[in-house]
Amino acid sequence: MANKAELDFTRNTSQALKDKQLRKNFKFAMGNFILKRQQIFADQKETERLRELGNAIKKRALSRLPQLLEELEEKCTRNGIRVHWAETTMEANQQVLKIMNAHSATRLVKGKSMVSEEMGLNEFLESRGIEAAETDLGEFIIQLNDEKPSHIIVPAIHKNKEQIAQIFHEKLPDTPYTEDVEELNAIARKTLRQKFFEAQVGLSGVNFAVAETGTLCLIENEGNGRMSTTVPPVHIAVMGLEKVVEKLTDVPPLLRLLTGSATGQLITTYVNMITSPRKDDEKDGPREVHLIILDNGRSKILTDPQLRQTLQCIRCGTCLNHCPVYTRIGGHAYGFVYPGPIGKILNPQVEGLKKAGVLTAASSLCEACAEVCPVKIPIPMLLRRLRNESYSTDSLGLVKDSGYKKNLAETLAWKGWELINTHPHLHAIGQKLTGALGSKVPAWGPLKNWTRYRSAPRFAKKSLHQLIAEQGVEDE
Amino acid sequence: MSKHARAKIFSRLKSALANGIPDNQAVDYLPIETSSQNEKVSKLKGYMEAVRTEVHVVDAENWKDPLKAILKPRALKTLLYAPETQIGNALAQDWPGADGNEGLPDLVTYEGNIEAFKEDLFQIDAAITSTVGGIAETGAIILWPDAKEPRLMSLVPPIHIAVLEADKIFNSFDEVMQAQKWPQKMPTNAILISGPSKTADIELTLAFGVHGPKELIVLILS
Amino acid sequence: MNDYTSKPDTVYYFGTCLIDMLYPEAGIAGLNLIRREGVRVIFPPEQTCCGQPAYNSGFPREAKTVALKQIRLFSKELPIVVPSGSCAAMMKHHYPLLFEGDANFKRVREFSKRIYELSEFLVRILGIKLEDQGAPTKVTWHSSCSAAREMGVIEDSKSLIHQLNNVELIELKNEHECCGFGGTFSVKQPEISGAMVADKIEDIVQTGASRILAGDCGCLMNISGAMEYQNVSLKGQHLAEFIWERINGK
Repeated sequence: MANKAELDFTRNTSQALKDKQLRKNFKFAMGNFILKRQQIFADQKETERLRELGNAIKKRALSRLPQLLEELEEKCTRNGIRVHWAETTMEANQQVLKIMNAHSATRLVKGKSMVSEEMGLNEFLESRGIEAAETDLGEFIIQLNDEKPSHIIVPAIHKNKEQIAQIFHEKLPDTPYTEDVEELNAIARKTLRQKFFEAQVGLSGVNFAVAETGTLCLIENEGNGRMSTTVPPVHIAVMGLEKVVEKLTDVPPLLRLLTGSATGQLITTYVNMITSPRKDDEKDGPREVHLIILDNGRSKILTDPQLRQTLQCIRCGTCLNHCPVYTRIGGHAYGFVYPGPIGKILNPQVEGLKKAGVLTAASSLCEACAEVCPVKIPIPMLLRRLRNESYSTDSLGLVKDSGYKKNLAETLAWKGWELINTHPHLHAIGQKLTGALGSKVPAWGPLKNWTRYRSAPRFAKKSLHQLIAEQGVEDE
Repeated sequence: MSKHARAKIFSRLKSALANGIPDNQAVDYLPIETSSQNEKVSKLKGYMEAVRTEVHVVDAENWKDPLKAILKPRALKTLLYAPETQIGNALAQDWPGADGNEGLPDLVTYEGNIEAFKEDLFQIDAAITSTVGGIAETGAIILWPDAKEPRLMSLVPPIHIAVLEADKIFNSFDEVMQAQKWPQKMPTNAILISGPSKTADIELTLAFGVHGPKELIVLILS
Repeated sequence: MNDYTSKPDTVYYFGTCLIDMLYPEAGIAGLNLIRREGVRVIFPPEQTCCGQPAYNSGFPREAKTVALKQIRLFSKELPIVVPSGSCAAMMKHHYPLLFEGDANFKRVREFSKRIYELSEFLVRILGIKLEDQGAPTKVTWHSSCSAAREMGVIEDSKSLIHQLNNVELIELKNEHECCGFGGTFSVKQPEISGAMVADKIEDIVQTGASRILAGDCGCLMNISGAMEYQNVSLKGQHLAEFIWERINGK
């Protein structure tokens, strides 16, 4: 029995799978990313060691999360960065609004931030008369077209240049239609340069927050992040509370893993490390720097030793790139902020299984993601766990809506399966039945879905058990 | 509101870890490779050129001539510099400027703070800054902007010229952090720069000069 | 990775439920290949399923019951050879995780240490040598996700194919992409699964091979079924069955 969320997902994926242009765009892009990652991590042994290190650094940070957050707050505050705490996305939005209002600001420039997507910040501010201008090129493109990002790193990857040319031509004033990538970039640069110049407040995410020194690390290629965090007099940084790392020396390996995994680069154009607002004798930089630390379900995820591995994520997007499901349905079909394999384990834990549990079924457990995750999150293992949580009414109840999927039909089916596979007599009877059926298997239940794309399986007349019994193989 | 949220968040975090066994792992950092200065210069040059940085290895005793040769064909009007730095000081000595008829730009300084200087800053053609070091294994220069050399010098003008001493090139990011004792004294802003700004957001086609400088020119003083 | 010890004189054979019901000839072929090398094979007749279907679907308790039943049947300290990457991976890598903290953990871990996938057993322990008696043919190979990512036996499987002199192996463009089976995934998300297998078939067809070989019957069932549905005339076959036919001149 499918609930509304499940029906929505089915409809969205169905639509996406039929969209030939979308599938072409994603196939091209993901293939590219896979190749780039292979090239940058060519030395398998070294890559393995680096991933182990990344995993260890993140696990260490999570095991000391409250202490590190306290230290981060202490160091930031001492350096002049104002730290705010938000339990919910609404609280975080309110905090941004408060800062904007304190400066009578109506123009915000934004660097790319998935947390701000989680917050639904743009819509929140716009409904209150504040312009939140995306400055990352990909985000800029989709903002013009009123769309959400379809990928964590390259938000407009679902669009090809013809589609982008059309968007620029239609939505930007006095802009001729051009498919030339250099020209498109020049148009964006010109438009956004003006926005940087006029901006009153700049907002960014945080890639790594270092507790030891109270430093916020931001990486980027375009320069819009540096612009947004240096030109306006006020800088607001938003981060999920799991982004804190213990020491400054934890940054280089994580940086290498992030840039290599996200875009196949040795290093991004810029690595921007902010430790304080403008000092008295300095001439530029923001006079005020704010750090908003968001919970939104993360502290709860920390409770479960297995599921807390979800929080190791450094948001590189490589799991998306390697996922055969994501490549075919694209980011929007998932219907939540975070698409791809990480989305399949994160969204259900944050939004609850009723709303997002359907995502856990959208995986063949092929392990392509686990093979490349820079911090070795065992995503397929966590998917199995969340599937179990969906059916189990006697779990620890740490995941919202656990047991929501429990139903008589499946319970009986698996109990039946268990019975047959632990009772040799029943098993033998079952085999005689299927042998007799052969290819005439009734097309109901799961078989109906199978036969939409494949011919029905043909049961052998004589099973292996029977053939072996006839042959006379030793039995002990 | 924030204090209340803080209390609740910390209460949840602490009880979350009280229930399970914390994963506390001994971390084995990767060893720092060592190589000669020539090797480091060569590596840094190679990686930075691969992302379209223009790299010149010049004589430490005479870098102004190569600089002039780089500037002349670009026919620039203004070059922003920091007079209180060592290179700024050296640069200003007998700089002909536009009047000199050598096709060189006028030297301009960061007048006042950004609030006063913003409009002019956005019109400047190029800026020249010092660096505090470089990283060979990834190909990057390191800037620690300060009162003498403000942050936006290396970001706003479309051309950024950076002067890097060869003996300040380290093998890795780890190495420079430890050698220069970063954890003890992080500046307002520390930046690693590997090349001119770029994006591949449109069909993964690489395009340079988005919001940061379109050109990055590095002079390695050897 | 496995301890590659010297050649044993006796092994257990775990047939797997899919081979049992759908591809018994492949099971017999695997058995025959082992015996051909002078190794005794024991097939405990009460064996059924490794438990993976329940485990992957979110029913670990039922999976554990079935798993424990199998473990008890293979109690002697003999290697257990499994003609399936996914079942081998389940029993080798996932059983210890499934039974973590369980009273039976030690016993399970001891069992798991003895698991070998068929290709790796034939190549690395038996050092099997094959003489191709068949006519020239072109084949292509599908790497099941478990065989590739969990068991690491793809090179072993391919080396067996390479030993057959009249067989030309043409590799797929996207060999490592999942075929879309994923057990219950194929029926719970039929459209996505259907799209994945369609792409896999397109890849297979472009190789020009007349046969697609695999070491996993879940994948085989999926790919063969879809090929048949699409009226693609290629044949899908389990590696063991193919090898047995080739060395016997069929």
